[in-house]
Amino acid sequence: MSERGNLIAIVRNVWKSYDQGRVTVLQDVSLEVRVGEVVALWGASGSGKSTLLHLLGGLDVPDRGELQVCGLDPRSEEDRLKLRRHHLGFVFQLHNLIPDLTVEENVRVPALAIGRPAGETLERIHELAAQVGISHRLNHRIQDLSGGERQRTAICRALVNAPRLLLADEPTGSLDEKTGDAVFGLLKSLATKERITVILATHERRFAEACDRIVRVRDGRLVDV
Amino acid sequence: MRFLSLVFTNLRRHRLRAFIGVAGIAFGVAAMLTILAIVNGAIGMFERILSTDSHFLVFEKNVSDLFFSSVPDEDAKAMAALAVVESAHPLLFGVVSSPGFPVITCFGLDPADPRLAKAEWRTGTRTDFGARSGEIFLGSRAAEFLGAKAGGELAIGPATFRVGGIFKTENGFEDGGVFLPMKDAQEFFHKPGVCSVVAVKLRDQARGAEFKRAIESAHPRLIALENREFNQSYNSFRILKMTAWAVGLCAFLLGGLGVANTMLLSVFSRIREIAVLRVCGFSQRQVSALIFGEAAAVAVGGLIVGLSLGSAVLALLPHIPQFQGYVQASVKPVVLLGIVVTSLVTAVVGAIYPARFAGSIQPAEALRYE
Repeated sequence: MSERGNLIAIVRNVWKSYDQGRVTVLQDVSLEVRVGEVVALWGASGSGKSTLLHLLGGLDVPDRGELQVCGLDPRSEEDRLKLRRHHLGFVFQLHNLIPDLTVEENVRVPALAIGRPAGETLERIHELAAQVGISHRLNHRIQDLSGGERQRTAICRALVNAPRLLLADEPTGSLDEKTGDAVFGLLKSLATKERITVILATHERRFAEACDRIVRVRDGRLVDV
Repeated sequence: MRFLSLVFTNLRRHRLRAFIGVAGIAFGVAAMLTILAIVNGAIGMFERILSTDSHFLVFEKNVSDLFFSSVPDEDAKAMAALAVVESAHPLLFGVVSSPGFPVITCFGLDPADPRLAKAEWRTGTRTDFGARSGEIFLGSRAAEFLGAKAGGELAIGPATFRVGGIFKTENGFEDGGVFLPMKDAQEFFHKPGVCSVVAVKLRDQARGAEFKRAIESAHPRLIALENREFNQSYNSFRILKMTAWAVGLCAFLLGGLGVANTMLLSVFSRIREIAVLRVCGFSQRQVSALIFGEAAAVAVGGLIVGLSLGSAVLALLPHIPQFQGYVQASVKPVVLLGIVVTSLVTAVVGAIYPARFAGSIQPAEALRYE
């Protein structure tokens, strides 16, 4: 499958279940996302939002159906690796940063995976840190950061290799309202500035409504696409 | 390969775990180095005792140890009379005890033995050896630990001898041993008219085959071996070497299990972290390489610490009086190479399962477990 027109992600009749088919998480899901869109996957906990993001990001594979992300097929191991290395950035509800490493070391991790030159990476880290307001924290360890600062670090890490698509799984879920608003605003403004497509899984209506498009997820199905 | 910089970052983050891994390998390395160096040193010393100024050793066939070999004096004399032989010196080995020192090597020698000529005489002279009956001569280390002085008396087993002289030899076994003239030694050990081995020097070393044939035909109970042949075939040397390697390998096995355990613990405690690396674009191979890299770094650290520790122990041992000067470590390049290879292989083999496990971690599954 090749990338069609200005679509960056195509999902066709995708099914996914766990526990040897006993728990069906996604049922016949189809979705198209255009380049530059900020799309909200909105639904309650356990509705299947995260699973869909994992499939799009090549962290998991569907049982059935077709997928195309950035012109690659996340069902193939080779394409999954390419996607994660060069095309995608992830932000999770829990920051998933590596403890004991500094902010700079954490942000550098995806660049190490692709062997990007250290000097070039450092320049990019400084640029991103300035944009998210953590320049003064680059040499601090993760343990010394606030929740908001940790999530900002996670955003920098997701963007360090300049991905085309950012997958954000409840990025404000573990933050207080004010910090959550700030992090969401930052994500949106960075998406515009860096010309990145964003697919955001959230259960909070206000964040969903602030996106370009809302896709409602209920019991493993997409409604109101 | 830039991702391998994470190897040192990870070891720095988990210092205690890294320290335990390094310690496991270090003790294995130190044990192997110490044991093999001591054993090789001991074998080397014994080899030098036998090969002093000689080409061939002649002893009784099919004995498990030279201590049990009996070569009649007449046979030794007959050998000395052979045209191809320049000199033939009989040696009688025995073990004696003195109050507080249950094991002391005793050598029965001819006064003409070359080792007496080569020795550095501290008291007495070479011509004193065998000049008077009832005299014993001591290596300088033996004199030191026995607290004996020339002219004094020394209880050896049931007898008491007068110390006729003290001399220093470079060989630790000899220097920590006591010497009796051949006749006195034969009487003391109840081996009248026999010695343990005859060290033979040929007029022309190229005529070794001729000498061997002469021994085979004239003395069918005896066997003549070139020094090199003897060193390779002597059972006691082989058993010592095998035991040393076996003990050393056991030490490494424990070290390897330590590394495997450390690396496995390290992987199990970092499942989420490894999942994050995979999300960030690390391939299965890169994750496995990280684990192997950590194990290899632990092995190199253990190797450096272990070699330093082993060297320190080897430097210290000769100064411990209880060893009676018997420790003269010999570190051969092949042993060092063996230790380096074994420690690296042990660590890498120990890391195979943890690395495979780490590489097989599926990011989505690992991230689901909060």
